[in-house]
Amino acid sequence: MTKKYKHNNAQKLKFSSNNTHKLSLKEKIWLILSGSVIGILNGFFGGGGGMVCVPILEKVLKLPNKHAHATAIAVIFPLSFISAIIYVFNGYVKTFPLLIVGIGVILGGTLGSFCLKWFPPKAIRIIFAVIMLAGGVRLIL
Amino acid sequence: MTIFLYILFGFLSGILGGMGMGGGTLLIPLLTIFLGLEQKLCQGINLITFLVMALVSLCIHLKNGYIETRGIFYIIFLGVIFSIGGALIAGYLPSKILRMCFGAFLCILAIIEFIKVFKK
Repeated sequence: MTKKYKHNNAQKLKFSSNNTHKLSLKEKIWLILSGSVIGILNGFFGGGGGMVCVPILEKVLKLPNKHAHATAIAVIFPLSFISAIIYVFNGYVKTFPLLIVGIGVILGGTLGSFCLKWFPPKAIRIIFAVIMLAGGVRLIL
Repeated sequence: MTIFLYILFGFLSGILGGMGMGGGTLLIPLLTIFLGLEQKLCQGINLITFLVMALVSLCIHLKNGYIETRGIFYIIFLGVIFSIGGALIAGYLPSKILRMCFGAFLCILAIIEFIKVFKK
């Protein structure tokens, strides 16, 4: 019960730098280990590291939901940057689809960033999870 | 028509990506399943489009005060090194196997998401 109260309270803080919780050694080790796993996954799959990062940020750094989602983008950025260089060197990028998809992603990303204020309700998250599951099964078969 | 689909798929996954909800986990399966692109190509496209999108999105999130920098260095510093390894391994594997691994990864993520949504 007290945990829930803390969580709600933290969400009210606009600048979470007010959060002065000191990291213990155990938490630091957790962060480093999970960082390695996130790195491998993000490089190997060319994405998806953020999805793994969000729960870590919530659990270990005790970030509120929205902050965890936004911060995950900041965490994944340097990892994706390095992996992207390797993908380009290996020749796994084509200009035509990249440019067109890129237009869509940037437009959608801008909209999505503004929408984080109204964090998606349960229904949308469930639909997204169902789509992921369906996509995952389709890719395995 | 195909061009429209490319933009639409990018747009949809961009919305999720901007919210930090896994844009790539949507974009990659959409491109491989519906447009028949090679798995590795999709992964490369996702990484690069993410980088540009993240620049815009990080600016907006910073303005809204959603970014917390304390402690994230611990995640990043080994993560960067391991992401090199991950990308190199992906380069060696054939796209077919990579695609199956990615499918399994998606299923696991979906199950985690289900648990998270129903727990609260």
